[in-house]
Order: sequence, then C-alpha cells, then structure tokens
Amino acid sequence: MQLTLWTYEGPPHVGAMRIAASMEGVHYVLHAPQGDTYADLLFTMIERRGKRPPVTYTTFQARDLGGDTAELVKRHVREAVDRFQPNALLVGESCTAELIQDQPGALAQGMGLTMPVVNLELPAYSKKENWGAAETLYQLVRNLLKDQVPSQPSHDPNAWKAEGRRPRVNLLGPSLLGFRCRDDVLEVQRLLTMHGIDVGVVAPLGAGVEDVLRLPKADLNVCLYPEVAESTCSWLERNFGIPFSRTVPIGVGATHDFLVEVHRLLGMEPPSAEEGYRRSRLPWYSESVDSTYLTGKRVFIFGDGTHALAAARICKEELGFTVVGLGTYSREMARPVRTAAKELGLEALICDDYLAVETAMAEAAPELVLGTQMERHSAKRLGIPCAVISTPMHVQDVPARTSPQMGWEGANVIFDDWVHPLMMGLEEHLIGMFRHDFEFVDGHQSHLGHSGGSGAGVDTKTAEHATVEVDEHALIWTDDGEAELKKIPFFVRGKVRRNAEAYALQVGCREINSETLYDAKAHYKA
Amino acid sequence: MSANLLKETGPREVFCGLTSIVWLHRRMPDAFFLVVGSRTCAHLIQSAAGVMIFAEPRFGTAILSERDLAGLADAHEELDRVCCELLQRRPEIRTLFLVGSCPSEVIKLDLARAAERLNEELQGRVRVVNYSGSGIETTFTQGEDGALAALVPLLPASDERQLLLVGTLADAVEDRLIHLFGRLGISTIRSLPPRQSTELPAVGPGTTVLLTQPFLTETARLLKHRGATVLTAPFPLGAEGSRRWMEAGAAAFHLPKERVAEVLDPLEERARIALRPHREVLEGKRIFLLPESQLELPLARFLQRECGMELVEVGTPYLNRDQMAEELALLPEGTRVMEGQHVEQQLDRVREHKPDLVVCGMGLANPLEAEGIATKWSIELVFSPIHGIDQAGDLAELFSRPLRRRQLIHPGLHPINPDQPVHA
Repeated sequence: MQLTLWTYEGPPHVGAMRIAASMEGVHYVLHAPQGDTYADLLFTMIERRGKRPPVTYTTFQARDLGGDTAELVKRHVREAVDRFQPNALLVGESCTAELIQDQPGALAQGMGLTMPVVNLELPAYSKKENWGAAETLYQLVRNLLKDQVPSQPSHDPNAWKAEGRRPRVNLLGPSLLGFRCRDDVLEVQRLLTMHGIDVGVVAPLGAGVEDVLRLPKADLNVCLYPEVAESTCSWLERNFGIPFSRTVPIGVGATHDFLVEVHRLLGMEPPSAEEGYRRSRLPWYSESVDSTYLTGKRVFIFGDGTHALAAARICKEELGFTVVGLGTYSREMARPVRTAAKELGLEALICDDYLAVETAMAEAAPELVLGTQMERHSAKRLGIPCAVISTPMHVQDVPARTSPQMGWEGANVIFDDWVHPLMMGLEEHLIGMFRHDFEFVDGHQSHLGHSGGSGAGVDTKTAEHATVEVDEHALIWTDDGEAELKKIPFFVRGKVRRNAEAYALQVGCREINSETLYDAKAHYKA
Repeated sequence: MSANLLKETGPREVFCGLTSIVWLHRRMPDAFFLVVGSRTCAHLIQSAAGVMIFAEPRFGTAILSERDLAGLADAHEELDRVCCELLQRRPEIRTLFLVGSCPSEVIKLDLARAAERLNEELQGRVRVVNYSGSGIETTFTQGEDGALAALVPLLPASDERQLLLVGTLADAVEDRLIHLFGRLGISTIRSLPPRQSTELPAVGPGTTVLLTQPFLTETARLLKHRGATVLTAPFPLGAEGSRRWMEAGAAAFHLPKERVAEVLDPLEERARIALRPHREVLEGKRIFLLPESQLELPLARFLQRECGMELVEVGTPYLNRDQMAEELALLPEGTRVMEGQHVEQQLDRVREHKPDLVVCGMGLANPLEAEGIATKWSIELVFSPIHGIDQAGDLAELFSRPLRRRQLIHPGLHPINPDQPVHA
C-alpha cells in the first residue's frame, strides 16, 4: 500500500485507451465500473478532442456481482461490435474487474467475432499507464501481424536501392496524451522528407488496422518514444528483422545523431554536422551575446525518461546550463537516466512521489526547473521559474500553435520555452545596474512567466524561509546581515542566503552579519 | 401532474462517489479524505479536480498493490502504517475519512474495523470515520451522502429547537441563507457538514432538517432515526424553489405567513429582474439533461418554470420518489424523466432531438460541441454557488452563457455556413 497524493501516471488501462483512441477503427471494451468512465475526459477535455474515445465500459454495479458478470461482458461486446463495427477489438479490464476474474478478453475471443480480438491483460496493481500503452501497442501489432511473420527473419534495410525507390521508415510511438506528439510527427516527417526518406506508417497516432498490416513494408522503424514503442520495435526486429533507430531527436545534437543513425541504418551517406546550425536557430541564439547570462544557470530536470534525458543533454551541451538535478518517474527508463546523471556528477532521482521531487528540487536550489505540471506548481511555490517538458498532460500542454519538441523546429521551441521563464540577458544586467532605483522594488520580475508583481516577492520569501528552517537552531541572522541580504537582487537572494549559511556552518560561526556575507561571497567565487 | 417516468440500463457515463471529495475537502479544511483504492481512484480524483493547484491536497489514495491483494502484507497493518505516515505529516488534520472504493469493496476490506482500530490508537487526537464512494455502489454526488451519513452517528444529542441545513453549500451562500432565516425569525441554525469537522452540530427531536441538496437520502434517513424531522420541499434552486424551501422551514417553526412574505416578496421580485435577461435567451429553447449530478430534476423544474425552457428529456442517475415528490409535481405533464442510463441510446436521442443545450459530464461535452450542440458541464453545478433566491440570476446565467457565446462567435467563425458544425 502506497500513500499517493498526485500521480504522474494513470493506471495501465488508460495507456490502452491512449492507443485505442489514437487509432482509427479500433474499439476497446473495458470491463470496469461506472466511475472509470472519467478517463474519457482526459481525451475530450485535456486533449480537447471533439470525439469520444472509442471505449465501451461495461459499468457493472455491486448488484451485478452476485449474478452473471460474464454475460454482461458479452452483451457489451456484442452491442459495441454492432454499433461501432470496428476493424479490431481490444478487450480488457480495469483494476476492479481484474479482481473478479471474468477474463473478458478470453470471453470475447470465444464469441466468434469476425474482426481480430486482442485480449489485453494489464496488471493494474503493479503496472502503470505508459507500460499499459506499450503493452497494448505490442499486443495489437503482434496479433495483427502474426500471420505475416516469416519463418526466418530476412530483411534488408538497403532493399530500397535495388527496388529503385526512396527509403521508407515507420514512425512508432506517437499517441494521444503524449507530450507534443501531434507536432513532433509533423516535424519528424518534414525532417525525413528533406533527406529523401519517406514515412510509411505513423502508429499508433492516426493509424488504422490496414496501416499496421503494412508495417513490415518499411525499411526501418523509428522509435520516437521508447516508453510506448520500444517493445513493439524490438518485436518487429526479432520477427521480421527490421532494425530500429534508438536516438530520440530532441535538441540540435540529438537531431543530428538521429539523422546519422537513420542514414547509417538505411545505407545512406550521413548528413553534414553543419545542418543543425543552418536549419535551427537554437545554436545561434545560444551563441549570441544576450545568452551569455545563461552560462551556468542551475537547472533541475524531472520528467518522463525520454524528455528528461533529452533535456539534460540540451542543457549541458547546447545552452551551457549546469544540471543540478536529474530524475524521472519512468521506472522503465531508470537505467539510462542513472547513467546520464552519473555523467553529470549527480545521483538520479527515480521516484513517483512528487513531494520527494519537490524536496530534492528545493535542496538543489536551481534557477530553472524543467519538469511536469507537478514540478511547475512546486517551482511556483519555491519562486523558481519553470518550463514544462513532459507528461502528465495538462490542457496547457496542447497549445493551439504547432510547437514540436523534436527536430530543428523543436529545438527552436525549446529555446523559447526554456529561456523565456528566465530573465533576458540584457534586462537582467540592467536590473542589476539599476536595482537601487526606487522603481525596482522587490517583486519586479517581468519575465517570470508564472507570476509577477508583489505576489512573486512573497513566493521568494517563502522559499528563503523554507530553507532557513533546516538550520534554524544553529544559525542566527543579525539585523545587519538581513539588511545586507535585502540589497541583493531578489532573484539571487535565495542562493546567497544558502551560500552564506553553508559557509557559516563550514567555518563554524553561528551568527551571520554583513561581513559573513562578503566572506561567503569571496569564498564561493574563489 | 404526471411526469413520464422511464428507466433504462446499459453502459453509463457518470462519475463515482469518490468525486465528491473534490468539494467536500474544501468545505472542511481540517479533514483529510483517504481513498483506499487503486491507481485508477487516485487518477480519477486528480483528473476530476481538473488542475493540480494545491500545495498538498487534503485528499489522497492509499494505493493497493499486488502484495496487499496476495495477502502477503496484512492490508490492515499496511493501512495503519499509511494513516500514521499521513497524520505525522499533517498534524493539523482532525478528522480522517477512510473512503472505500470499488477494489476495496470487492476484496471486502473492512474499513469500519480499520476506523475503529485507528480511533482506539489515536485516542481522540484524530477522529477516523469511514464510508464508501465506490462506483459499484455510488454515483457522483452520492459520495457526499455517504460522507455525511458517516458523521450522523457522531453528532451529539440535543433537544434544542433548531434548523439544520444539510448538504455542502458555498460559505457565502450559507451565510446568506442563515441571515435570511434569521430575518424570518429562526435564530438557531446549524449546518452539516460544518465548516470545521470538529464542530459537529447536535441533533435530536427539536431539530428540523432542510436538505440543501437532493442527493442525501441516507443522511436524511439516519437523521430521522436520531429524532430529527426532515422536511420535504422543492430544493433551493431558483427563486420559486428557494422560496418554497424557505417557506417549508418557516412553517415548521410556525412563523407568521405575513412576516415570511414581507421578507421574501422583495427578494423574489429582485430575482425576477435578475432572471429577465437570461429568460430572454433561454425562453423556448430546448434542453436535454443527461444523468449525473442528481440535481437534474430541480434544475429542470427551474429552467422550465422560471426560464421558459422546453424539457426534451431529464435524466437522473437514480430516482428517490419520496424526496423528489415535490419536484416531480412541478414538472409539466408528460415530461420524459429517465432514470438510469444507456449512454449510447441516450446520445442517439440527443442527436435525434437536436436540443439547444445539453447538460452532461465532462467526458461528453466537447464531442457534443463538435457535433454542433451547446453543452453545460454538470460538475460545474455542484461547484458553483447556485442555491437560494439571490443566486437565481447567476444560476440562469450558467445556462444562458453557452447560448450567448454561440451567438457571439458563431457567425464570425462560420461565415459561410453559420449553422453547420465543422469539428465533428
């Protein structure tokens, strides 16, 4: 039993719904009580879809439990098939139905239906949403393609040359309720087309059963979101011999690596490393003088595995930030995230308790947080600017404009989204210069996207006090020390306070006055 | 009168009783609601709450894991551990509600026993009560009925003559109603749920109960057992319903009719003025209410009688004929009242009748909008301050706004074919 307040991921059947709702002609009969129908709003409200997800809930009640719930399942399957005439049917259960063991999938398979019926077994008490999505895509693909599996996998990713056509790849993984998937697909398609590579099938987003059936016709699979597509890509590799690319093209460096990997796998000449500089504005914007102020900004990163890893690389290699925290709630991705953290000299935070993440965030004292909506709220409380980089999905993460994370344009979007919450370089400089002018009262922080005015000032104070409490018994700030601290711009005050306290503890003095502050400054700059 | 009472069964599209935690926890800031359930329960409440805005919410889920189900870990021991962890972190909590869910009901985890045991351990520092919000037994607002019913046995006994308002109201609305009852001449007025979970009202033979909400069947039954008199009246939605609801209270306290009229007449007049602009928008428009909040009948009555709307169908998750008798009596002859749901067939009827406005759950609203049908979220009606004569205009505004909005933007967005939906 685990105490949970907010969760990063829903139950695995919500992952299955994401696959069903992403596709055309696929219907999902879910053996579940009425309350589970809330999941529809994830699609119709959060993702703002004008279509109900293709899900029939059996909505069994307590009084049904004494009777024949198996018959109830069959009735709903029959009705759903008659009404929606799907090309493939997914049948599964949610947490409660798992306990009553009706085995709805097996029941439906025994009904003599004409379309393929996929029995989904998604253990609700040990697995979560992304796993459920991956398993559903895998089971569906496996089921639909089982008749096509060759006895001996033979696949030549260079076959396109002999056949006199352009190389063809599938994009696997984009789904509804995935972070910016809609726009990533467009961007990656554009990127590949520019290099003479055709996109065969995009799945699950927008794919129908017939699209799944032609997956093996591609030369290569592109695994865009390993959380959702890796198991499917591996299966296709094992059984059909189709290789798949593993680099996720988020950021300038990763997009280049992705292109090199895809070209290499397809037997093509890799593109020039200059391309990123020509196609994306991130490299120049990051090199321009205004960005000098980004140097060494302390960044705390938390999200799903894919986006957290990508963010760490971009921060370090492309924006010149210092990563002071890296973590993920995706246990499936724990290993690569641990490795990446180690390379940054950090210990990865693998955790799905958002309060533990908040604590780690406060301890790391970052100047920017890249996280989920949960971290956005934690950061707001701590008075730290934040940009959202990952699911769980919020209505704000489905913007009207096109804003991919992947490819060259994705890098542009990332530059804007991550840098704008910070103070602009020249502006930061000017505020430093004029901070003694009366106009620059505390709380003036025009570029902190989350709040401005006096409210933000209050936040900053709370954040400072929160850190003081830790050593309250040991350290005393003199009036003169507090007064000196007040002269320091609010956006670095928290850091200065922490440095002074750390310094005081280190040198063993209990009282912090203005001199201690200067000593600490000298100590840390030295 | 005779409304046309119908029933249907099939797949439903409604929230379960856990959802009511979203407003209950705000009413009692010193209470914590701990759902004993699955990741689905946690995800449901989080999604229904819509935005993740709370620093640390006063509700949470003790998520059952495989170990709990396999019996490797004694679920009761685990629950004690989780409760202690929680109370250590939140020392300001005075009442802990253990809320049963579908999985906890199916595995027959005895939360009453757990509450009893925890009460002994905590020795009065925190009171632990339990109820079920499971979707196999409760619908949406019924969760509040369960929570309040769980409090009834804890209410102290008293013979004092008092009016007890039962059901969560917005604080401002409650203050206003108490003020108005005071002007009518009722001085002792208490509320269940109280604003602090520790300040439970007393109950006894001197207590007259007015239900503010139509979904409190079990709570009402238990209050009767404690000696209280539960009045039946139309519910306090709209000017007419609120007036008759207050008059029922006044009559129980034998207050002179003239004084009641003196206080309420000007209010009703003012409400009529407030309603006028909305009535202009709503009059003659056809509305279809899908079952969800259990407020559908009183709302239908208000929209038909005070706003001039035509009722295509009034859904309700379940129908308590005794409690709804006064409401049913005020509906026009032959009104289709549909108890239960077959969501697909019901949506077929929506499409067939093309109503001007549909009241429905959050999962269905945008798909209907995309088909060109204006909607109103039913959950908004349990969050908004809509009770009482003074709120009648605001209540009507909730329904007129979607229609006004369409008038405002539809011609601009669909210049060629303004009547054609394009997003379906």
